[in-house]
Amino acid sequence: MSANVAAAARAAPSSDETPAISVKDLRKCFGDHEVLKGISLEAHKGDVISILGSSGSGKSTMLRCINLLETPDSGEVRVDGELIQMKRGRDGHQMPADIRQVERIRANLAMVFQSFNLWSHMTVLENLVAAPTHVLKRPRAECLEQAEALLKRVGIWERRNYYPPHMSGGQQQRAAIARALAMNPKVMLFDEPTSALDPELVGEVLRVMRSLAEEGRTMLVVTHEMGFARDVSSKVMFLHKGEVDSAGDPKEMFARPPTPQFKQFIANFNK
Amino acid sequence: MDFDFYLSTIWSVLKALPLTLEIWFFGIAFGLLIATGLTWLRASGYKSGEYFTRAYVFVFRGSPLLVQLYLVYFGLSQFDFVRHSPILWPILRDPMYCTIVAMALNTAAYESEIFRGALRAVPVGQIEAAKAFGMSAFTRFRLVTLPIALRLALPAYSTEIILMTKATALASVVTIMEMMGTAQKIQHDTFRPIEVLTCAGVIYLLLNLSIARLFAWVEHRLSPHLRAPPEQGQQVKPVPEVL
Repeated sequence: MSANVAAAARAAPSSDETPAISVKDLRKCFGDHEVLKGISLEAHKGDVISILGSSGSGKSTMLRCINLLETPDSGEVRVDGELIQMKRGRDGHQMPADIRQVERIRANLAMVFQSFNLWSHMTVLENLVAAPTHVLKRPRAECLEQAEALLKRVGIWERRNYYPPHMSGGQQQRAAIARALAMNPKVMLFDEPTSALDPELVGEVLRVMRSLAEEGRTMLVVTHEMGFARDVSSKVMFLHKGEVDSAGDPKEMFARPPTPQFKQFIANFNK
Repeated sequence: MDFDFYLSTIWSVLKALPLTLEIWFFGIAFGLLIATGLTWLRASGYKSGEYFTRAYVFVFRGSPLLVQLYLVYFGLSQFDFVRHSPILWPILRDPMYCTIVAMALNTAAYESEIFRGALRAVPVGQIEAAKAFGMSAFTRFRLVTLPIALRLALPAYSTEIILMTKATALASVVTIMEMMGTAQKIQHDTFRPIEVLTCAGVIYLLLNLSIARLFAWVEHRLSPHLRAPPEQGQQVKPVPEVL
């Protein structure tokens, strides 16, 4: 009950704290297929929101619309209160009005991908230093120092001079998380960070993510890890066929599934 | 076997090596410039750019280099405006320049196709990661797309360069006394085709061997990530940042 009150307090419009991420009525079609049918979401500072849903439910697309890796057809995305400006292109589709603004906002939203996407021609250390030096224009020496500290934190400092293909999936994903952290992002976006990993490597990545949640990072996590969603996140959002089916406090949601769809969804995982 | 004749022939042909290298170097240098322009045009997304590059590749890849060389050297000078042009005529009346022009135009068609393929083969995820970290289009290209595409293009590009080395021999048909021209002259003077052409062939072989080795070395340098992983604890030397 107390969790509900806290959640309600946080969502109350009277709070003058601007949400870190605010998404309103997001829609996206791929051809004739409508993937997102009007999704809204609000993430406040320190929130860890797990986004669940079966494949094709639109959860990854939603995440990728937030940093404009996909361009939404309509709806608005605000990061730290700042609206991402959109305009209509000549073909009638929406497109970013100011690509510089998008780039600036992206730099605040570090992303961790399902398939890691570490730059394969750079060593781990170079991967961590590339964006901070070239996007944030921070001095290289400072970035290197921070990169080494981050690699120690995720436990792969000995591999700092390795190339990504020479590491296990778990190590690569930890390096990718460190690369995201090196941007000092306001919000971290995780797109199924453990789905490409061998089962025995999932734990090492989840441990790092849990420690990030515990230090109060704002995180949006698209995941199939029910344990993480239930125990670590502060809010769970369940997407079904491009719509928010249900959302709320994780313990509540898992103890008493609010909708038949969510009940069905978690039943499949407990089999 | 007439050793002295072999030695003197090799020596004479070798004296023409600098000229061969000159044609080769300027041919591939200008070719690379044109290819870069074509690749950019093709990737720019403009329909007219795409049509132009496709037509260009169709013509210059589809017809023999020898025909192109003859057209540049003998053909263009038929036009009055070329002969009276203060810019074109000094270039097109010189067989050396003509060879370089024909080679550059020809190799650019092949190279632009190599580069186009390499750019398309850069994994989408690598570029998406660069986007997601706020890199501008230019930074993305410089740090991610270009280095990966260059590595992908290198094997095919080195083959094209080797083809160009051999193509320099065509310069002999427009009066240039590079290695092949020199060899032919000796052959005509002595009527000993086997010895002379063998000498020339061996020199071309050795030249291409060194070019292939050079590219193999560059490729090796640029691709530590594609080789077997290092032994535990062994340090990997990072590649310089720009590449």
